[in-house]
Amino acid sequence: MDAFIIQILNGLDKGSAYALIALGLTLIFGTLGVVNFAHGALFMIGAFCAVFLQQVLSISTVAIDETQKDFLGNPLKVETPYVENWFGPELGGAIIDWSVPLALIFAIPVMIAVGFIMERGLIKHFYKRPHADQILVTFGLAIVLQEVIKYFYGANPIPTPAPDVFKGSFDFGSLLGFDPNVIIYPYWRMVYFGFSMVIIAGIFAFLQFTTFGMVVRAGMVDRETVSMLGINIDKRFTMMFGIAAAVAGLAGVMYTPINPPNYHMGMDFLVLSFVVVVVGGMGSLPGAVLAGFLLGILESFASTTWATTTIPGINQIIIYLVAIIVLLTRPRGLMGRKGVMED
Amino acid sequence: MLGLNKNDRTLLVIVAVLALLAPFILNPFPTDSSLAQFNAGYPDLMQKFVIFGIFAIGFNILFGLTGYLSFGHAAFLGIGSYSAVWIYKLFTYNVIPAMMLSVVMAAIFALLIGYISLRRSGIYFSILTLAFAQMSFALAYSVLSNPKFNLTNGETGLQVYANDIQMFHRDGLPDFPHIFGLSMGSTSKLPLGAWEFQFNVGYYFCAILMILAFYFSIRLFRSPFGMMLRAVKSNQQRMNYTGLNSRPYTLAAFVISGMFAGLAGGLLAATDPLAGAERMQWTASGEVVLMTILGGAGTLIGPVLGAGFIKYFENIFSKINDQVLHQWVSFMPDGLEDFVVALIHPFIGKGWHLTLGILFMLVVIFLPGGLVEGGQRIGRLFGRKKRAEDTADAAAKTPAE
Amino acid sequence: MGILEVKGVGKRFGGLAALSEVNLSVEENTVHAIIGPNGAGKSTLLNCLVGKLIPDTGSVMFDGQSVLGRKPHEINQMGISRVFQTPEIFGDLTVLENIMIPCFAKRDGSFRMHAFEQFAHEKELIEKSMAILEDVNMADKADMHSASMSRGDKRRLEMAMCLVQEPRLLLLDEPTAGMARADTNNTIDLLKEINEKRDITMAIIEHDMHVVFSLAERITVLAQGTPLVEDTPDNIKGNPKVQEAYLGESQH
Repeated sequence: MDAFIIQILNGLDKGSAYALIALGLTLIFGTLGVVNFAHGALFMIGAFCAVFLQQVLSISTVAIDETQKDFLGNPLKVETPYVENWFGPELGGAIIDWSVPLALIFAIPVMIAVGFIMERGLIKHFYKRPHADQILVTFGLAIVLQEVIKYFYGANPIPTPAPDVFKGSFDFGSLLGFDPNVIIYPYWRMVYFGFSMVIIAGIFAFLQFTTFGMVVRAGMVDRETVSMLGINIDKRFTMMFGIAAAVAGLAGVMYTPINPPNYHMGMDFLVLSFVVVVVGGMGSLPGAVLAGFLLGILESFASTTWATTTIPGINQIIIYLVAIIVLLTRPRGLMGRKGVMED
Repeated sequence: MLGLNKNDRTLLVIVAVLALLAPFILNPFPTDSSLAQFNAGYPDLMQKFVIFGIFAIGFNILFGLTGYLSFGHAAFLGIGSYSAVWIYKLFTYNVIPAMMLSVVMAAIFALLIGYISLRRSGIYFSILTLAFAQMSFALAYSVLSNPKFNLTNGETGLQVYANDIQMFHRDGLPDFPHIFGLSMGSTSKLPLGAWEFQFNVGYYFCAILMILAFYFSIRLFRSPFGMMLRAVKSNQQRMNYTGLNSRPYTLAAFVISGMFAGLAGGLLAATDPLAGAERMQWTASGEVVLMTILGGAGTLIGPVLGAGFIKYFENIFSKINDQVLHQWVSFMPDGLEDFVVALIHPFIGKGWHLTLGILFMLVVIFLPGGLVEGGQRIGRLFGRKKRAEDTADAAAKTPAE
Repeated sequence: MGILEVKGVGKRFGGLAALSEVNLSVEENTVHAIIGPNGAGKSTLLNCLVGKLIPDTGSVMFDGQSVLGRKPHEINQMGISRVFQTPEIFGDLTVLENIMIPCFAKRDGSFRMHAFEQFAHEKELIEKSMAILEDVNMADKADMHSASMSRGDKRRLEMAMCLVQEPRLLLLDEPTAGMARADTNNTIDLLKEINEKRDITMAIIEHDMHVVFSLAERITVLAQGTPLVEDTPDNIKGNPKVQEAYLGESQH
């Protein structure tokens, strides 16, 4: 039982990331009718917003302190971040420590801007082109974005720690009456899960309760009718693209402490997120979220020692296997609608 | 002759002559000149040209004719390589049985994957093939490489070891893939004045297969079957209401293109007896898509051009470093020189993928018809003078009866 | 016993009954029109005949064999060809190729792996195709890219594609929709000629009363998913029920 709960918990954080990316993919796909292969790159750019902010905050002055010696006997170089000079060591230190959550504030305008530029500058011209062209051009864009990041940040993962407060784990088991330290769950993963739930709830609320959201939902069902009503749907769709980009970016920012970001993380997540979208049902937002969490948890179960000793490497292929089975038995996915992307 | 019309025959002859004379044509600069780095006439690179040419020709049969965009063809490339290396390990270094198994294995996998993936069309198909390719990659990279059952040798890659069985290996035979005793690696050099030309057995083996593949593709393009495949792309609904079952047609195209990919994978292992999982990654699938589109999807010559173009520039760009750049722009004033070098720097050396990505976008945005279309446009610009070539290109683009 | 026998066919979409208890019999070598106001279920009925939809109840027999559960290409191979409301042709192919495809389908069945055969060797089929093109006055356009033709030409091409298969039953879904008067009259003449010369049974769904009354020998009037009457054109004209359900309501 305890092992069961642990695996569910472990699956939640990856599932959250899948769900958030898949949500953005579905929003873009449902509203704009575009398959965005660069969406994973947006996730990755978000993650590097956190890296960037952390590095900027850590820019330091170097002073030579004659009173201290290093192990060779030379005067010790003391690096003091500017932030600490300006705000004092305590507040400054805290700011650096909290750089990942702070990066959220930084990433929102950046990601929306990136989304706008992408949509207006590139994707817009591809609405009327065949889907193959859309796939190819966004695939090219994804390569370009990841190579640009690689150029500036190198190929190695960059550790980006969470604030100190969130280090360590929460003893989840003792809450449920298990022995202490049987079911423990890192604090930051809890934060990540909570964060993703807030974002998901926010998007659904936004689509459900605002006029903007209603128009977008209507547009997802029938774009032509909505534009016949005289509503400037294109403008709203551009904003939707910005929002989807921001969601992917924020998911990336918050994911950095769980997995140090590298330039190809976007591609890695993208393929799986596509599978998630297809399993959930193309064009279905609840389907994307549901499938994201389901597949995340499934992957986590497949990663247990028991599973991997029975079928070696099952954790690597389980998602694809499930996707193939789902598509063969329910071609429209778990919650797909008829008529979406069917030629 | 050969069942081809005049234009096609000319095209085939041109391709054959270019392929057979490549060691000369691709080696225009004297060995000691500073431009020698632009030469492409050495075995390693020439082999890549023709092998990826085969890969792209096959991919074009699926994508160019039926419009089904597969993002998983690299899987067949990998399967071809693994199959060939297993023949080396168990039986013999002779490439003939190795190539045969490569093609057969790729066909079997293509049949399975195609049967499932082709139940859906459009984006679903692309994503399904992508998922299959990623699964194959994961299988090759880790799942099928555990102590109990090691089929792929994981990260290290599958290779031939001294203690392998090699049932039919004899002492006189080379310890390298060979064709009836003639090693794929053997190269004869012809020094001629300031030049040195290299003739490599492996290259010619691949080149002949590419010419055959090209011939096959012309015949297929011009056959009733090729017309049916174009009909699939054009209007599948009409096709079904005309009494034709489009699925076996697309499946046949998928399997044929998978076999081409398998052959290409086998040839990669014939020129270098090693098979690694990275060959199966989806970025590798993306590369063949790019080759086909860059050259001109649906045209005969396009994929070959695209493959050559990309492999050549990959090689050149990877070789250029800042030093070389400085040499080139040394005529400029110092400040400007550094600036220009800094500007170009991200795109060269390890930055090749960046250039590739940009190229990808530019081609899809501005030149969806690829180099062939670009050539036609230029031809039209220059008007009548180039008329002859123009019609040759047009013939390559629109299959005629 | 007609060549096409539809008995008790019903089809529901969710709560909506699109068709209920449809009975229809098309006699061999006649032109049978199916008319009715918008939403009467004409297109649904047609889709049930060609395998696009499967009816919930009833049976559809063609020449003594059931077509239900068969795929569109199988039904076509039985001898039913279909002309669409908007011409469906192979736009990327030439006019001649457009005709060749049904020729191959007729000769070789629904699939054949003729990857290494040559076009030039198919003299018989090319001749047959050119003859059909002559019949529809399109021989001079044989090498034209078919997508670049006028709508009227596309319609004629589509008809030729169906005719070259020598179908036993030709289903036409509003063959003159969106056509100018002159084109419409040409199409009527073409269809008359086809019916007389080639002995092809036709079932036409049509809005245009002029077309219906110039061609049809029998007319079935559908209203709200069920047949109102089936009779000769003269009797239909005078039938008050029809006037009420259809002619009175909308003057097309």
